[in-house]
Formats: sequence, structure tokens, C-alpha cells
Amino acid sequence: MNTVKEIVAEHGHESSRLLEMLRCLQSPTNYLSEEAIVGVAKELNVPISHVYGVASFYSMYSTKPRGKYIIRFCESAPCHIEGAAEVLEAVQDQLQIAVNETTTDGKFSLELTSCLGVCGVAPAMMVNSTVYGNLTPEKAKKILAATE
Amino acid sequence: MTLHRSHVLVCSGSNCALHSSSFVKDRLTLEISQAGLGDEIRVLETGCFGLCAQGPIMVVYPEGIHYCKVGLEDIGEIVQEHLLKGRIVNRLLFKGTSDKNWMTKDDFDFYRKQERVVLRNAGVIDPENIEESLVRGGYAAFGKALSEMTPSQVIQEITDSGLQGRGGAGFPTGRKWQFTQEAAGDKKYVVCNADEGEPGTSKDRLILEGDPHTIIEGMLIAGYAIGATQGFVYIRGEYLLSIERLQKAINQAREFGLLGKGILGSDFEFDLEIRSGAGAYVCGEETALLNSIEGKRGEPRFKPPYPAVRGLWQKPTLINNVETLANIGPIIQNGSDWFRQIGTPECPGTKVFTLSGNICNSGLIEVPMGMTLREIIYDIGGGIPDGHQFKMAQTGGTSGGCISADLLDVPMDIPSLAKAGTALGSGALLVVDDRHCVVDLAKTFLRFFAHESCGQCTPCREGTTVLLRLMNKLASGKGDAQDITNLQRLSTTMQQASLCGLGQTAPLPILSALTFFADEFHAHLEGQGCPAGVCG
Ligand SMILES: Cc1cc2nc3c(=O)[nH]c(=O)nc-3n(C[C@H](O)[C@H](O)[C@H](O)COP(=O)(O)O)c2cc1C
Ligand code: SF4
Ligand code: FES
Repeated sequence: MNTVKEIVAEHGHESSRLLEMLRCLQSPTNYLSEEAIVGVAKELNVPISHVYGVASFYSMYSTKPRGKYIIRFCESAPCHIEGAAEVLEAVQDQLQIAVNETTTDGKFSLELTSCLGVCGVAPAMMVNSTVYGNLTPEKAKKILAATE
Repeated sequence: MTLHRSHVLVCSGSNCALHSSSFVKDRLTLEISQAGLGDEIRVLETGCFGLCAQGPIMVVYPEGIHYCKVGLEDIGEIVQEHLLKGRIVNRLLFKGTSDKNWMTKDDFDFYRKQERVVLRNAGVIDPENIEESLVRGGYAAFGKALSEMTPSQVIQEITDSGLQGRGGAGFPTGRKWQFTQEAAGDKKYVVCNADEGEPGTSKDRLILEGDPHTIIEGMLIAGYAIGATQGFVYIRGEYLLSIERLQKAINQAREFGLLGKGILGSDFEFDLEIRSGAGAYVCGEETALLNSIEGKRGEPRFKPPYPAVRGLWQKPTLINNVETLANIGPIIQNGSDWFRQIGTPECPGTKVFTLSGNICNSGLIEVPMGMTLREIIYDIGGGIPDGHQFKMAQTGGTSGGCISADLLDVPMDIPSLAKAGTALGSGALLVVDDRHCVVDLAKTFLRFFAHESCGQCTPCREGTTVLLRLMNKLASGKGDAQDITNLQRLSTTMQQASLCGLGQTAPLPILSALTFFADEFHAHLEGQGCPAGVCG
């Protein structure tokens, strides 16, 4: 795992590339720890509040620990009319968590997202970087059961 | 170069990719070589064909036979029957609304009524190979601009073409270029807006994945015209495949001397960098996008000054949408008169639409501006599936208006839709059938805005939340006439007082739904329950 120092250096200490740095920092654990945020601020010589402000603005970053797999479930209108609500219910049922929660074993976090740009195969969700479409309650449960 | 007797194109756009199209391609390649056909038949991955609901799609040339929903188990039969024996596999052909099998492009109403300018290469070339783009005329328009035209002539050509921005606002592109060219500044930037957060829109993604070089070319021409040396493409963080494809294309363009210093032996210098978002719809708004590229919170800036005068790092900046930029090469290459022959006099050119919802052929289409909604839904889209009736269409995505069947003959272009009380917007087209409830959908729209409001200004931050609360109340059957009046009054306030387009347009879907589906809203009031039986 790269240290904060290395990641900031890789991005040329350029504060305009803060979003990219945060993405790199977040990728091993799916969340940004306090040390990471303080560390980046120090390396870039900017206020901690600036880094924290950016980290909390964008929904892909989290300052709270999250599961190994992040489910981003699309709740936009095209997915909605293709039955996203039932699928979401099935997912919550299977994982025994509500939206914005993490399973007790730390495996899955469930989040809502807006359109993933694959409405041609609605309803859709992303599990980490993989997109799944044409979901049904059964199909979604199977995908999650098979995610290791 | 080896000559192949046949080419097989497999779609690798995002929609097909998630039907495992890459496994389909790998299996096909394997079985072709096992059948001893490796030297005769070439397998290519290409961009979106448009018929996303039928994916994965495979096209066998020279005949141009389209196979749909191809699974791994179908590959053996395609190789044995079609590629070895020349016999078409009927059961994999597309079954349209008629009983007739559709074999080639000419049989598909889906394709016949389309006109492909922006998507000319999508589904035709291998997007990861710059040479295929070059063979099809890629970068020729840039070469022409650089060697035969002055920057002002380039801008004049774009102005004459009547091209209007395809990102939502529809601002005349030539005028924007001219403002940026005339603005004083030691450094200028070109930015491609590929944030595409509007629900129901996936055109920019599929353009980038199908033909990334057309975007690089559009940005090069823009850079030459306005005098910029650096460009940024801001892509949604969720669009991993688009980012990967575009990065490959940028690297290849650099190798070919099309980006960097001394481009094509001239003294023109231009380079590109990708920046990606991190999940915030508001970053599609141009000034929020600029803040995000600068590494800040993606909050919109107050306008004026406009980005053309003070944009990235306070320098003059040109921001255009992906689809706008994809039109630039063809206009420079073929001239503005050619472009004006397509579409309507007030709104020339084509428009790419993303069809979604209750429509047979959901996917990506490109048609001349001004085609009617009815033609798009029924002739190209194949109508409403499973014997249901058309109820509503929402044009322009979640921030667009909802219209009823009375408006099926509205021409789909920027001025006609504005007159009809909705918007063309990004070209999303959501079709909804009679099983769905407008109040329930309105709740979905408002959840989106309440979630995506950046919270910087009060009318939008508070307004979206209050609208959602009112709509939830209506849906639950507890609302009264005063709630509807309040919805309308608050909507008007938000339209007038919000800082950016998000808060200004959020009320449009609600107000239009109230206009076209007033009875349905009133039914929810009077304690009769939801007519469609959706709200509970
Ligand atoms: C909330 C909001 C979101 C927007 N999202 C996008 C977007 O995803 N892509 C886009 O090109 N334009 C988007 N726009 C419009 C841009 O602000 C801008 O008008 C456009 O990128 C200009 O390019 P064009 O003239 O080529 O259309 C959005 C506007 C608003 C208010
Ligand atoms: S209108 Fe909404 S999104 Fe735009 S600046 Fe105001 S709060 Fe933010
Ligand atoms: S609405 Fe869900 S992917 Fe577009």
C-alpha cells in the first residue's frame, strides 16, 4: 500500500489533483481515514478543512469505514419504472441492512446512486467496479451470493 | 495487411459489456481458430450499435447480419453454421414488431430512420485502434482547419452551421467559441464536459466508448480556434470504461504526433488530460465542473463572469459537451451548408437520444432534429411492449418536462420542445406506460434533486426538500388543494431565485406533470387512492 507521501508525490504535489489523490488513498479500504485526510493536507500544505470539505462533498468518498464491496444501487426514474424498488428490497433483505449501512461482517455497504448510464438494461447496480443490469430480485440475490 | 474474407464485430459498449460481451468475443475467437478459420476471419470489438436491450450484439460482415442476445452457448452454432457453411442462424436474428426476421441494417426500422453524424463510427470501428479512425477520415477535419483555415474562419464555419450545444442548455456553439477567442488571457483552456449525470442519458458514455478520437479531434479544432494549448476532459468517476478507452486514444494520438508540441509539423501545441468526477450530479454544471477540475468542492460559481471570460484558474475557458464536440469534425470537413441540410432551419443537425423505460428498443439512436416524438417511439423505438398503452414521456432527463399523449406529434428539437413546456436537454427520453403513476414518478424526481442539491443556496437546498415532503404527502393520500398551490408557488420561487441550473430546472418536471396530469394529482387528493394503484 502506498503511503500518503508517495501518493501526493505521484500527483506532483498539485492540489488541483486532490480528487485523484483521494481516490488512490481510498481504494484499498473503501474509505478515507482521519490520518489520510490530515496527511494529505499536510503534504499539500492546505488546511485540513479544505481536504475534508472535498472528501465530504463527493458521494464516492466516505469518511466512515465501509464494506469490502460497495453496492451502488441506481434509483433514478428509468430504473425505477423497471422495478428497481423490488430489487432493492430483495438486496436489503438478503444483506439484512438498510441503505447507507454496512453488513456486520464488513463485506457489503449499500448505497443509492443516480443513473449509472446503462438505462438500456435497467434496473442496474454497481458492485465495486462491476456494473450489473436487467436485475430481478432473484438475479440480484444470486450476484451478491456469488460475490467473494 | 492480411485480407480477411469476413469480419465479425462484437459490441463492447457498456450496456453489452455487462452482458459479458467480452467473454462472447473471447469464445468466438477461440472457436474460430479451432475451426481453422483464424486466417480468414477477423474478430473486432467495437462501440455501441444502439440496440442495447438486445445485447450482446454481433454483426457478421460482409453480409452485415445482426445477431442479438448472443450467449456463450450460441457461439458454436454461429461458427459451424454461418462462418463455415454460410448458413444464417435464424433463431438469433432480431424479431421486430412484425413476424419478419430482421437480418441486416436495411431491414431494421430502427436503423433506417436514423441519420448518423455523431455516431458515424460507433459500432463500425475498433475504438482502441487509431488507425481505424484514420482510415474512416478521423483527424482529416483537424488537418484541414490547421492547414487551410484561420482560427476565425473555423469559428465562422461553426457559427454558420447553427450548431447549438448538446449538453442541455442549447447555447449557440459558434458564439461561445467567439467569446472565448476574443477574451483576453495569456492562457486559455478547452474543457469537454463528459460528466453526464442526467438520469436516463448514456449518449456521451457510448460516444466516448465507440469513437474516442472524434472527441480528441473536436477539442483540437476548438483549441486551434480559440488559441488554447491545454484541454481537460471531465468524465464521471463511474464511467470506468470510458476513462480507459479515452486514455488509450489520447496515448495513441500522442504517438501519432496529433497531441503535444509541433502538431503535424506546425507550431500548434495542444495536449489533453482526463480528470474524473467522484459522484456529484451538480458537477455537470459548467462552473461547478471548473471548481472540481481545480480540486475543490463542486459548487457552482456565480455567473457572470462566464467561463468564456473567467474559467479554469480564472483564465478564458471553453466548455462543450461530448456530443457537441463530436459534431465539429464533420462540420469542418463537410461545411456548414451540408450541416444545415440536416434537421430544421432553426435547429440544424442531428440529435442523439437515449431511449429508456417502457419502450421495445431501448438504447441509443441518432435522428435529424425535428423528428416527431411519435416517430421516435413507434417507428424507431418499436412502441410500447407487452400490449400496454403510452402514458407519458419525459424529455431531457429528470430535469426535463413530462408530457402526455396529446403531444406525441411534437417535433423533437430545441425550440419546439421549449414551446411545448418541456426541454430537449441532454436527449434523454423516458417512456412510461399506463401501469405507472405520475405522482409516484414525481417523488422519484424529487428524491434525486433533494439528494443532489449542493446546498449552497437556500431556494434550492430548502426548496427541493420541501417539494419532496409535499409530494410524499400527496402520494400518501393525505394532501389537500393547498399543498398543490404550495408546490406551484415554491416551484416558481426556485426557478427565479436559485443560483444554478439545478435549482432552476428542478421544478420543471413537477410543473409540467401538474399541467398535463392534473386529474391524476387531484385523484390523489380526494381520497380515491392512486388511480394506477402504485402509491400506497
Ligand atoms: C445541474 C446541471 C447539470 C449539468 N450536467 C451536464 C452534463 O452532465 N453534461 C453536459 O454536457 N452539460 C451539463 N450541464 C450543462 C452545462 O452547464 C453546460 O451548459 C454545457 O456543458 C455546455 O456545453 P454545450 O454548449 O456544448 O452544451 C449541466 C447543467 C446543470 C445546471
Ligand atoms: S441551485 Fe442548488 S445545486 Fe445550484 S448552487 Fe444552489 S443549492 Fe447548489
Ligand atoms: S436510470 Fe438506472 S442506469 Fe440509468
